[in-house]
Parts: sequence; structure tokens; C-alpha cells
Amino acid sequence: MPTITYVQPDGTRREVEAPVGSTVMLAAVRNNVRGIDAECGGALACATCHVYVDPAWMDRIPPAGEDEADMLEGVAGERRETSRLSCQINVDAALDGLVVEIPAEQG
Amino acid sequence: MASGETERPRTTPDGPAPDGLVDSGLVVVGASHAGVQLAAAAREYGYPGPITLIGDEPDAPYQRPPLSKGFLAGKTSEPDLALRSDAFFAETGITLRPGTRAAAIDRAARRLHLADGTFLPYGHLALTTGARARPLPASFGEPPGGVLVLRDLADARRLREAAATARDVVVLGGGFIGLEVAAALASPAPDSPERRVTLAEGRPRLLARSASPELAEHVAARHRAAGVALHLGTAVDAIEQRDGRLAAVRLTDGTRLPADLLVVGIGVIPNTELAEAAGLACLDGIVVDRHARTEDPHILAAGDCTAHPSEFAGATIRLESIQNAQDQARTAAATIVGRAQPHIALPWFWSDQLGMKLQMAGLLDGTDRTVRREKPGGDGSDAKFSLWHFAGERLRAVETVNLPAEHMLSRRLLALADGPTPAQAADPGFDLRRLLKG
Ligand SMILES: Cc1cc2nc3c(=O)[nH]c(=O)nc-3n(C[C@H](O)[C@H](O)[C@H](O)COP(=O)(O)OP(=O)(O)OC[C@H]3O[C@@H](n4cnc5c(N)ncnc54)[C@H](O)[C@@H]3O)c2cc1C
Ligand code: FES
Repeated sequence: MPTITYVQPDGTRREVEAPVGSTVMLAAVRNNVRGIDAECGGALACATCHVYVDPAWMDRIPPAGEDEADMLEGVAGERRETSRLSCQINVDAALDGLVVEIPAEQG
Repeated sequence: MASGETERPRTTPDGPAPDGLVDSGLVVVGASHAGVQLAAAAREYGYPGPITLIGDEPDAPYQRPPLSKGFLAGKTSEPDLALRSDAFFAETGITLRPGTRAAAIDRAARRLHLADGTFLPYGHLALTTGARARPLPASFGEPPGGVLVLRDLADARRLREAAATARDVVVLGGGFIGLEVAAALASPAPDSPERRVTLAEGRPRLLARSASPELAEHVAARHRAAGVALHLGTAVDAIEQRDGRLAAVRLTDGTRLPADLLVVGIGVIPNTELAEAAGLACLDGIVVDRHARTEDPHILAAGDCTAHPSEFAGATIRLESIQNAQDQARTAAATIVGRAQPHIALPWFWSDQLGMKLQMAGLLDGTDRTVRREKPGGDGSDAKFSLWHFAGERLRAVETVNLPAEHMLSRRLLALADGPTPAQAADPGFDLRRLLKG
């Protein structure tokens, strides 16, 4: 199973096994990773699943769609080049080892 | 499990000092969106005692919104619905007891009696019992096979199975659930049989309780285009059955619709019986204050089951939304650990149907004028527009269609004391984001 690492704003790291077919958001929420509220459960309706993707991984993940890109403009935390909504990142075998950082503020 | 058996209290450095209340722990009744959030937030805020989360459904907590959307359409499978994992409950020290029904509250002894005859002592009791689907009125008699409602996973499994072979579907009720069901069944998977879907709504328009006439009109047009036959201003008059199975539905406008599946989506009834029997005030919902407290200092409530004061509405209201369930649950958890975090969140809601993303923020009550903003580039189910509803000059509610980013913006604008005026909203050259700065 692919492993994803979540880094908290204070630097704490947490590795989680994410089943293929789930999302970076679901793997976090189901495993008690703090700081990903995901209020809408992945319906692309809340922007409280914001993460920063490790720069080394940016071009290995399909880019944000139009709605996601628009929503990223309104996130509560700092907006960076590497900002993504984690409910829109599908887990597949190629994502094994992915590192994402959690913003200080979420919605 | 033996009566009163719970986990050993955990102590966290920043939590409140354990006292008698904490020793007996927190018991949460109803293991769905509000209950899971409440238990999780209590732990996150440092609650040191045992937490027991009981729910009468046999399944582990799952997400409800997809039941009428991806799950019914066959795009979402059961494992995808999970709200949390077993590891989550183990790690947070929350004892989850599915398949466990609360029967009565003994407030004097601070005990929750369970349907299996045992009881749980509590320091704090949180009621997150939600709501159940309103059945057809009793005057229709015992419903025959083929008449279904949709509230929980068991309902959704039954409905999915029945829909697989149904050819003539009637949906009763033009609210969000009825419309999402009609949408899911009107766009069948490639290998399923051709279906006729008819929706009957007693009121003269769709979404009479929850959306503006303008939005309802757009939704109606999209449903008609998808092949859903709409009968507005018509209720079900009678149900015909043959050999114990549904055969046809007769509407008050005289139409007779042959039917092998009738989905009843006529709203919900809040589950207040437990609270009522314990003598707690109920009023189409368990009455709580802005801290999610009932009149009993040891009992709180959150989610679809509560009637609560809304800062935004200036009235006592009951909401049926994920946003409300989660925000109010966090408020209740904060109250339990002795932190004040009043429930003053702005209401918001979403619905996905026929490829459209509908979102609303704020409340429509009392609004008297509407500004429509268009974003060019799509039509039909891809049309993008928003409806900005004002009471006088004050922005009160915003509905967006396929504009999730504008929905996010509108939530921030609705929270401002000085939001946009109708003239600003109507001016395509005015950048609404400017109002957020400064
Ligand atoms: C099909 C469907 C689609 C929806 N779509 C959306 C959407 O797109 N967006 C949105 O914002 N909202 C949506 N909603 C509404 C949303 O699901 C509810 O607002 C939310 O589930 C409320 O959460 P709750 O925990 O308060 O109540 P519930 O989810 O109703 O949970 C209450 C739980 O308590 C249990 N219970 C009750 N009494 C007892 C007892 N005595 N002992 C033990 N357990 C008990 C119940 O069985 C249930 O499991 C939808 C609802 C449905 C049914
Ligand atoms: S979980 Fe709501 S947008 Fe990602």
C-alpha cells in the first residue's frame, strides 16, 4: 500500500498507509492526522483540506482542475505554488512516498 | 459488553483536571457526522476521561451525503463511505459501540440505559441522534413492497438494489434528497435498464423550503432536460398495489403512474424521543443554547436533532447539514472541556446533481431582492451563475451554481459587517474580493 507522509506546521511527521483509490484527504482523516478538516468529505465544496505538496512531487501529480485552482485562491491558510486540495489528489501506486505539509490554518 | 464497562481514563497534560464528572466520562449517543466530530473534538481539546460513542446502526460511522449521489449512482462503493478508520478510534481512545441503542436517560443517577438492558454511567451525555425519514402518512396504510425512504446506509442498499431492476420510478418530494435520487436514477449506468423517472411535489415549485425560486427554476429545467417528468403542485393521492407490491401511484391531479418503485423524500423527523422522555425541552428539535447545552448541565446536543438559537437568523432554528452538525459538535466538545466557543457559524450547504454543483451560504428568510451574476462559458448543466440575496442593502444569502470558488468568497463576504451592496454585486466590473482587504 502506498505510504504518505504528513508534516505538521510544527515539523512533526506522520506516515500513513493509503489504499489505492482513496485520496490524500481520506487517508489523513481516517487515520487521525490533525489539521485536515475536510468538512465536505471530498465534494470540492469547502477548501478545508488544503495541503502543500513537497516540491519534489509537484510534477508527479496531475495538476489542479479549474474549480480546484479557483478554490485555492480562497483558502484560509497561506497560498503557495505548491498548494493543493488534498481531496482532489487520488492515491495510486506512483504516489508511494509522497510528502505533504499541512498549513497552519484551515477554514 | 458488561454494563458500565468503559476504557481507562487517559490524562493529557493540557486538559482539565480529572474530577468526578470526568471519571464517569463522556457518552455520545448517535455515531454519525455530529457524534463522531463531537467525540473526536473532545479528545482533541484535551478531554481526559473515557469517551464512549454508541450508535444504533450496525455499520461503522459513514458519510451520509454520498448515499443519494455517488453511492446510488454506483460510482462510490461502501468502503469509500467510511468516516474514520478503526485505527482512528483506537488511537484517540474512543470506544465505538455500533449496533447499540440508547433506551432511556436517568438524569438523577446520570445513567444512560441501553436497549440491551445494561447501562452506562456518564459525567457528560451528548445527544447526536439526528433525524429519520418522514414516512408516508398513516392514511396510506401499510406501505407495500417497493415503497422506500432514504436516510441511512441500510435504506441506500435497499434502494440501490430495487433501482437495479426498476423501470418506472416515482419520487415523492422535490427537496434536495428527492431531487438527488431522481437525478441519480435518471442517469442510469450503461448496463442498467431504461427507466422512467417521475417526481411529484405537493408545493408549486421545487426546493420550496431550501432554495430561491430562481435556483429552483434552473434545477427544474435541468431535471426536465434529463428526462425527469415533474408534477409540481401535486401530491400522492393513492397507492395501488398488487400481491403486496407497489403497482401504481395516483396523483391528486388525476394522473395515474404505473410504478415499481416509489421513493418517499418528504423530509425528516428529528429524533427527540430520548430527550423528551427525560423531560428535556423539545421543539421540533432538542432545545439547546449557543453552547450546545440543554437545560441539564450534564447533557448537550448537536446536529440535525437540535433546535438552536442562530445569531445569523436571529431566531431558533433547526438545520439539516454537515456544516451545522460539525460546527455544533465542536462547540459542544468545547463546552465539555470548559472552553467557550459559541455556535455562531454561518450556515452553508451543498448538493451535487445532474453534474451540477449547487452551493448555498447564509439564510434566505427575509430577503427581498436578488442580484444575478453570470459567468460566461457554459450552458445547460454546465451553466455557471450566482444569486446574491439581500434584505434591503444587507447581503443575507448567496446561491452558486458550478462556482465553488465564488461560494467560498461569498461565505467570507457574508461574515462581514460591511458586505457588498446590491449595486456592487450587480456590477461585473467591481471586484468583490476588494471588500475583504483592509
Ligand atoms: C441521502 C442524504 C444526502 C445528504 N446530502 C447532504 C449534502 O450534500 N450536504 C449536506 O450538508 N448535508 C447533506 N445531508 C444531511 C446530512 O447528512 C445531515 O445533516 C447529517 O447527517 C446530520 O448529522 P447528525 O450526526 O446530526 O445526524 P444523523 O446523521 O442523522 O445521525 C444520527 C445517528 O444517531 C443514531 N441514533 C438515533 N437515535 C439513537 C439511539 N436512541 N441510540 C443510538 N443511536 C441513535 C441514528 O441511527 C444515526 O446513526 C444529506 C442527508 C441524507 C440522508
Ligand atoms: S474536503 Fe472539501 S474541498 Fe476537499
